[in-house]
Amino acid sequence: MIGRVIVGLLVGFMTLPTIVVVIASFNPTAILAFPPAGLSLRWYENALTYPQFRRAAVNSVIVTGASALLALPIGTAAALALVRHPLRGRGLWSAVFLSPLIIPGVAIGLGFLILAARFGLLANHAVLISAHTVLVLPFVIRSVAVSAANLDPQLERAAASLGARPGRVFRRVTLPLLRPGLFAALLFAVIVSVNEFVVSLFVSTRVTEILPVAMFTYVVNYTDPTMAALSTLFIGATFVAVFLTDRFLGLSGILHIEDHR
Amino acid sequence: MILLLPAVGVMVLLAVALAALLQFSVLEFIPGSLRTGGLTTRNLDAVLTPLYLRYIWDTVLLSALTTVLTLVASYPVAYALARSRSARVRSLLLVLTLAPFFTGAIVRTYAWMLVLGNTFIRWPVKLLFEPAGVLIGLVHFSMPTMILILAAAISHVDRTYERAAASLGARPRRVFWRVTLPLSMPGVASGSLVVFAWTFSAFPTPELLGGGRVKMIANVVKDLALDAFNWPGSAAFAAVALAVTFLLLAVVTRALVRTGGAAA
Repeated sequence: MIGRVIVGLLVGFMTLPTIVVVIASFNPTAILAFPPAGLSLRWYENALTYPQFRRAAVNSVIVTGASALLALPIGTAAALALVRHPLRGRGLWSAVFLSPLIIPGVAIGLGFLILAARFGLLANHAVLISAHTVLVLPFVIRSVAVSAANLDPQLERAAASLGARPGRVFRRVTLPLLRPGLFAALLFAVIVSVNEFVVSLFVSTRVTEILPVAMFTYVVNYTDPTMAALSTLFIGATFVAVFLTDRFLGLSGILHIEDHR
Repeated sequence: MILLLPAVGVMVLLAVALAALLQFSVLEFIPGSLRTGGLTTRNLDAVLTPLYLRYIWDTVLLSALTTVLTLVASYPVAYALARSRSARVRSLLLVLTLAPFFTGAIVRTYAWMLVLGNTFIRWPVKLLFEPAGVLIGLVHFSMPTMILILAAAISHVDRTYERAAASLGARPRRVFWRVTLPLSMPGVASGSLVVFAWTFSAFPTPELLGGGRVKMIANVVKDLALDAFNWPGSAAFAAVALAVTFLLLAVVTRALVRTGGAAA
């Protein structure tokens, strides 16, 4: 019983900011008040029509779309290689591929900024796209590797023995069986890229900046609830994405939280 | 091994970027220019001056506190997540844990600015733009990661050992302290190291919740690089963060290899 109360309080602590943001987003006045004097959608309108947010949203679509398109095939190939052909020092390889998760964002950001300056690409989407590809690759490899490990090679052998060429085996047997992992990979890639901030701050300009960077600039300069409205939209989209993934794929499996009962 | 090549290419790009960073950390800064001069140790020396050492010390202190508090706050949730008998409770906890994990840093930090400011809750002490507020934000930021690592470790604890202890007369509390907790230690260790390493280079939380009054290493890196355009000086600081992270990463990897990756 006490245990439940403690878990409840801790989960409450984790959810508190979300609740506050949602309430604040409907605040009718520019200065936040609690309890609010009424309900208003004007900050949503403001968030959706603010030019810099619109431009940043377009940039987000470009950067996230391109980096996901790059990372998905690259990561899938790597995951298959890692699962199928056990290399020596496999732990080391995994550590290398997962390293972007733990290398400080400011170091990656500054490194790419210096490179971009050297190649005259400072105001170019290419820098953002390559940096994002680096950052989402670990998520893609991890998700596909889980699916690939569960894939029974007998099925591929069966298809091959029935006369299917390697390309056909891959398209008709391997890829469909990897589908849950690929879907999870795409989802993770999109979520991570859409929300990426630190590295993007270093390698973007006012022209190429993606939404989180534009939001950061807004928070630093303005205090009205426009950010709360935009945040609520972000949170809503994230909840739906996480919920759908859990529903259709079962997050426990992807995250290695198993039931040993 | 052709399949691995494209991914290796991406990692090489990252390595080149980090190499450029390390190179800049030993090049001379020319004020008012993005060009650099010859080799110098001045940037790295600057890291060791009292003013900047204080930021490093603050970073270490905040990271250590964050790690301990996150561990204590995450274990109960992770335990419930791994062990709850109801699939619905597990699913709910998982979604509530993951949603903040996937909600971007800016949204989460902005949300804490609202919570810590005195509009919604009247706090008895000032929290926003103070170390305490930054600490709260950092713990909140680290909890999902810690919970996921701990839950994976707890779910890998073989329940036969717990049943054996119980059948020998140990009460549930004793079973937990003497069997479950010790067996989940790999998760505690790797979770703590990951959280420490992440917090060590935290940026948005101290930037927004610290309001310029609380600075960690990453904030100094950003100030020097994007405000003062002193890329070499900034690179020296980033190199320090990088070195600490690699050290911790090496420790984590060794710990994981030893425990067979069960806690990953």
